[in-house]
Amino acid sequence: MNIKVLKEIFRYPSVIVGVMIILCLFGISIYAVVTIPYNKAISLWRGSEEDWYRNPKNAAPIWYNWFRSDKLPETIVINSENNPEVTRTVTNTEEGRIITITMPINFNYDSFPNDISLYFISKYDQNPPFVGMTWIAPDGTETHFGGFSISQKFTYRLSQDQKLTRTLSNMVASKGLFVDLKNKNVSTAVKGIYQLKIEVVTFDKMADSSIELVVYGQLAGWAGTDHLRRDLGIALLWGTPIALLFGLLAAVGTSISQLIIAGISTWFGGWVDIILQRITEVNLVLPFLPILIMIGTFYSRSIFVILTAVILLSIFGQGIKTFRAVFMQIKESPYIEAARAYGASNFRIIFQYMVPRLIPMLIPQLIVLIPSYVFLEASLAILGLGDPTLPTWGKMIQDAQSQGALYQGWYYWVLEPSALLMVTGLAFSVVGYTLDRVFNPRLRSQ
Amino acid sequence: MDTLLRVVKYASVRILTLAISVVVGLYLTILIANMGGYIDVIRTAQIREDVNARISGNPSNRGLTIEARTKLVNDQINSQIHRLGMDQPFLLRSFNALGDAITLNLGRAFNMASNSGANQVRLIILERLPPTLILFGAADIILFFLALFFALILSRHYGSFLDKMSVMLTPLSSAPGWFYGIFLILLFAAVLKILPFGGMVDSPPPPATLVYLSSLLKHMVLPVIAYTLSLLFFEVFSWRTFFLIYSSEDYVDMAKAKGLPDNEIRSKYILRPTLPTIITSFALVVINSWLGAPIFETVFNWPGLGRALYQAVGFFDTPVIIGETVIFSYMLAITVFILDFIYALVDPRVKLGGDGNR
Repeated sequence: MNIKVLKEIFRYPSVIVGVMIILCLFGISIYAVVTIPYNKAISLWRGSEEDWYRNPKNAAPIWYNWFRSDKLPETIVINSENNPEVTRTVTNTEEGRIITITMPINFNYDSFPNDISLYFISKYDQNPPFVGMTWIAPDGTETHFGGFSISQKFTYRLSQDQKLTRTLSNMVASKGLFVDLKNKNVSTAVKGIYQLKIEVVTFDKMADSSIELVVYGQLAGWAGTDHLRRDLGIALLWGTPIALLFGLLAAVGTSISQLIIAGISTWFGGWVDIILQRITEVNLVLPFLPILIMIGTFYSRSIFVILTAVILLSIFGQGIKTFRAVFMQIKESPYIEAARAYGASNFRIIFQYMVPRLIPMLIPQLIVLIPSYVFLEASLAILGLGDPTLPTWGKMIQDAQSQGALYQGWYYWVLEPSALLMVTGLAFSVVGYTLDRVFNPRLRSQ
Repeated sequence: MDTLLRVVKYASVRILTLAISVVVGLYLTILIANMGGYIDVIRTAQIREDVNARISGNPSNRGLTIEARTKLVNDQINSQIHRLGMDQPFLLRSFNALGDAITLNLGRAFNMASNSGANQVRLIILERLPPTLILFGAADIILFFLALFFALILSRHYGSFLDKMSVMLTPLSSAPGWFYGIFLILLFAAVLKILPFGGMVDSPPPPATLVYLSSLLKHMVLPVIAYTLSLLFFEVFSWRTFFLIYSSEDYVDMAKAKGLPDNEIRSKYILRPTLPTIITSFALVVINSWLGAPIFETVFNWPGLGRALYQAVGFFDTPVIIGETVIFSYMLAITVFILDFIYALVDPRVKLGGDGNR
């Protein structure tokens, strides 16, 4: 490609934008693959409790607050160990000791948290420790709750404590602990520093307990979270290389094989041409998506199996007709006759003289095809036939659909992957259409 | 009479070639469906289950010893396998299956049932066919005429602002209909709450015909808009280009020189010769729309063939999945045929006795 052509291409501002977006997408792909290695991405996406317990369910992205006057809470995590803000006193008793832990919670939001949980990890000899808690609001109001013994690993979800809910005049803890009951204002949260005092009564001298408090916000991460508390950012990041790879490989595989088949079909003519044309016609009535669905259901949902099937089913697609029409003209041109005269072999003529002539036509077509395969991959995922291990954009939309995200108002869950799909699709097709106009000026003159 | 004869001849040649294509296509479908004998495994398991249930449910078998009982079960399974022809080599069986598929003898569903409770795949599919035809038929007709209208206008105002706009909007067609569907549902159903999220009619279906129809129309608005939105820009762009190519022909200049009225030039000298090309391009759109039906109907919760396929995947209902693939093959072939037939009607070459080949 020479400078003149490049200049011609970049005369269109839309192409500059398109190319920049494509470069960005490749940048994101590289960033995703480098920062989150494949195995880690997969294990994170499997969504084990260990990885994600600190995330709220179905939380919107944190940038929601930039556009709101009443601020939604983000998640606050306070660990009792190695934390200068947490005070910890130990008094010895006859049987064991009392550990008092006070955690300050700086709450500066207008709305209520999603949930509050305490995660206890304790060690003890025989009798499990006993826990009681006091919640001190900024105005000094105290609420007492707890009063249970804890096992070695214990989770206490305040919102599920019916006794606490009754104490808070039938409001769940995540709301009741933050409202101003005296002024009967139950619509907004009171800002300020809250304190949670936890008393752990142990029954041997060596017993100890470390506590993690998680006040789940309504916002989390730059992309939000889903129903399994997973950070959607992972799927957005990792979806990029997967979508690009699938789109590129499928587009390259189908267009190049169609080009070669069209070349062979035209060059040999006769019965080769007839047979290949008939196969194209059979291919036209083969139900592409149902067959892919069949393969996905019966055999494998691995992205590579699906990719291979997509390419195999598209080899005899309608592109052959377009290529064939142009090859028909090329076949008659003098330089082909010259090649034939000096005794060039059939394959030399096809691959060295005919196929390269169509590259200017191939490249734009190939680029325009990429979005359709990116969307195909998303479609399969929405039908539940996406690769089960990989985090992809389509999988995100499917999860969102199955959880009723649109009914529930979790729009970010659908809009983020959709926006990426749209941007990808637009970028590639803008560049493709423009390249087509530059490389094939016959159309442009129309 | 001569013209009619030619059209009939053209049509019958097309029917024959398409029929052969369908048979080959169906056979390929069966081969893919049975790759690795997977279907046989499922069918044998089904037989085993049925036989076990029947024998343990029969009180007269209570007194049998375990050996006698196992023998009875195995005998019955073998006789069933023999009866269904599953002990024949696959090559023979594949032709049996092909015959079944061609005659739409599609067997019984494992889990799914039609609204009347029948579990025959044929009944399930026939029940789902009308909604799909209504939705895509309406959407295709609207798309065709809208695209034709805009393409004609733009080709007459080549280079105008509108024309440049439409060229710039063409990339919007890279996204499929279901994708726009999600946005439309979000906007009109979730946020504005003026149109339903999905489905074909209100639930429960209204008994009065007029109310039923208006409910149907209300549910069709979003899918039809989504479908049109995703295809319109590209179709307008390419049809506009066809019109431009045909309006730069010499005979158009000649007609202009003769001083024929603009309307006549447009309808007889430009629209008429362009129509066959447009129909060919539209055929591909309709074919692709059938193939997109599973996902499109799933997004809109439309109770058609496509959604049935999605449900069959969820239930792992093999007979329905294969039946759906067969019916889609048929629908593709019928679409190709109908559009070919219209093509033959409008293409002067077929009428005037050209070879009729594109």
